[in-house]
Amino acid sequence: MAQAIRALTASTNLPRLIAIAIFGAPVAAGFALTLALAFGYLPALGGRDLSLAPWRALFAEPGFWSGLELTLFVGFTATAISLALAFAGLAVGARRVAALLPPLLATPHSAMAIGFAFLLAPSGWLMRLASPWATGDLVPPDIVTVNDPQGLSLILGLVLKETPFLLAASLAALARWPDAEQLSIARALGYRPAAAWLLIVAPQLYAQIRLPLYATLAYSLSVVDMAIVLAPSHPEPLSLLGLRWFLSPDLTRIYPAAAAATLQGLFVISGIAVWRIGEWLAARGLLRRVETGRRGAFLETAARAVAILTTLALSLGLLSLVALALWSIAWRWPFPLALPESWSLRIWREQMPQLVRPLLDTLILAGASTLLALGLAVAWLEADERAGRTSSLTAIYLPLLAPQIAFLFGVETLFAWMRIDGGVLAVAWAHSLFVFPYVLLAMADPWRALDRRYARAASALGASKNRVLLQVKLPLLASPLAFAFALGVSVSVAQYLSTLFAGGGRISTLTTEALSRSSGGDRRVAAVAAFLQAAVPLIAFALAALAPRRLGTPRGAHS
Amino acid sequence: MTSQGLAIENVSLSVAGRLLIRGLSFVVEQTRPTTIMGPSGAGKSALIAFIGGHLDRAFKATGRVIVAGADIVNLPAERRGIGVLFQDDLLFPHLSVGANLAFGLNASIQGSAVRRATVEQALDEASLVGFYDRDPATLSGGQRSRAALMRSLLADPRALLLDEPFGKLDQALRREFRHFVFESAARRGLPVLMATHDPADAEAAGGPVLLIGEASSPTEPH
Repeated sequence: MAQAIRALTASTNLPRLIAIAIFGAPVAAGFALTLALAFGYLPALGGRDLSLAPWRALFAEPGFWSGLELTLFVGFTATAISLALAFAGLAVGARRVAALLPPLLATPHSAMAIGFAFLLAPSGWLMRLASPWATGDLVPPDIVTVNDPQGLSLILGLVLKETPFLLAASLAALARWPDAEQLSIARALGYRPAAAWLLIVAPQLYAQIRLPLYATLAYSLSVVDMAIVLAPSHPEPLSLLGLRWFLSPDLTRIYPAAAAATLQGLFVISGIAVWRIGEWLAARGLLRRVETGRRGAFLETAARAVAILTTLALSLGLLSLVALALWSIAWRWPFPLALPESWSLRIWREQMPQLVRPLLDTLILAGASTLLALGLAVAWLEADERAGRTSSLTAIYLPLLAPQIAFLFGVETLFAWMRIDGGVLAVAWAHSLFVFPYVLLAMADPWRALDRRYARAASALGASKNRVLLQVKLPLLASPLAFAFALGVSVSVAQYLSTLFAGGGRISTLTTEALSRSSGGDRRVAAVAAFLQAAVPLIAFALAALAPRRLGTPRGAHS
Repeated sequence: MTSQGLAIENVSLSVAGRLLIRGLSFVVEQTRPTTIMGPSGAGKSALIAFIGGHLDRAFKATGRVIVAGADIVNLPAERRGIGVLFQDDLLFPHLSVGANLAFGLNASIQGSAVRRATVEQALDEASLVGFYDRDPATLSGGQRSRAALMRSLLADPRALLLDEPFGKLDQALRREFRHFVFESAARRGLPVLMATHDPADAEAAGGPVLLIGEASSPTEPH
């Protein structure tokens, strides 16, 4: 341990170089390889000539164009709704709902999608709660709710996860920036509270949460895991078409799959560009609105109305989690009863033997990828501090802004070439590509906010820099470290595509198990896997919350 | 006393069980800006916040605030019609100087040409001709303070509260801006209430001075 630290801290550039080699290089290589494949270049399969054939195959695929339309509609609509709900909630004072956010944030996308499908299905919980007294139905109605061809259930599912994400990002930004006096001024000028917030605070806050927002847009435009549960199969979103071809036994399908993945990457880049144009138009509209001096009675009413939907979205998210728990212990539950007729742990007993291995692998992958990412994040920040610089972390966001499918197959190709594909090491590495950005971003603020005088005092007592790091800084940062660790675990547990690709289908985790069970006939079987999948990150965050604020203070030693 | 003035009646303020102000009553007349002085923590800013409707929930307050003959204590801040200037100018950084003033300008003035002209006139009054499209961040401290005052005045307030408004300006600017504030308010016949810890501010205001201090009743030396 001490040796490793000495080696890592020998040069202030070393941690950054290692991080770039471990996390940056595979992402870059992954993009390049996917792009090469999209033009028919893969020497291992005999493809040596560049051609447009993969693109022609992609464009000629029946349902491609309608799938494209669906992809764009879902991506933009889900992002816009999530932003509107988050801002409306904040405008009417949603700081109060902050307590509801942790379970919604911790739950993996796919577990949320499975729980939400349980709510929304024609035979789902919502319909049961409303039947027969409101709907008059004694059997599940013959309507399409989940997997609707318009993609509305997928949009709603995304909104349930992305609204809490944008709320949390906004609350974190607002915590660093006291807005109370600006609001007082606006109200003294005659603006009602929500209108004042939307005209004065929202535009400034928007600039602060642009990167998380773009990550939401990128995710929604290329979503795979939630789409498996909630998207229609006709038309099929581009991401699922690409995935189906990547996994096809017919290896020549890989070329058009790479073309689809590359197209997805282009969509995200141009989608962000289009969004920026929208920002510019919105800024001009805002300016014109402000110059009229109207005090915003309508804005106030509108914000309050939309904020009701915010509360509804957060409640539906929590209800989805309850639905998972409920179905996992339901035994007989005939429609339209609101609650199961009989309860049993039998499904748990039947499923656990099959889920022990995926659970262990999930924990091992989460632990390994998070430790690697957290270790390098700490080394990076410490090296920055010793070199007296503050590196910009914008580039770190890249893996979060890029559609996973646009580079993960390339990463798999790279791992295959290194002969490590299909093993735990490869999957842990692939997970860490996504864990590292989150962990580094979570640690950067508390690290830079730590009072430098403690370290200086320790140095003045003759402690070496490494001793100061180990015995002063890290213990003082125990709470942020524990939170970053839990965050890393939650990111790793939620990984689907990277597990699938880097594991070559041979490594299963709770997420891959839950998703493969979600298409099966028995909700209770999917519920057990999805419940476990949601429980692991929740427990990680709960443990992080219980961790001491800093190490070393004896309990009760200070009042 | 005129019905246009600002009257504080029997106001008590406490925080965390600690009484800051007990049974304070006074009248702010239009022609004589009133100054509240006292050590920090005595409740000067809390009193200003109470009158403006911005008091933090941690404070408990009772009493009446009469503006134009009506008690406004139960009105939300945005319906009180009371302008506030803080120590920081708080020009909104995402809006140009002109848009900041237009944000303040009363909505009863309609039509973009008329509104623009009104804002330009206010900029002229504040010696900021040609500053409409400027980013507030490019202005000097004195220019920003004058713009913030104009923004408040354009909303047609019925009274103006000043919470240590000169604290961050250097001596020369301070004198100049103080003069500008009192003159602008007097021209509009606005009652002005100022909280400060600088006796020079009180002297420049030229009106009555109220001393408040912890756990003691207010005294009125003038």
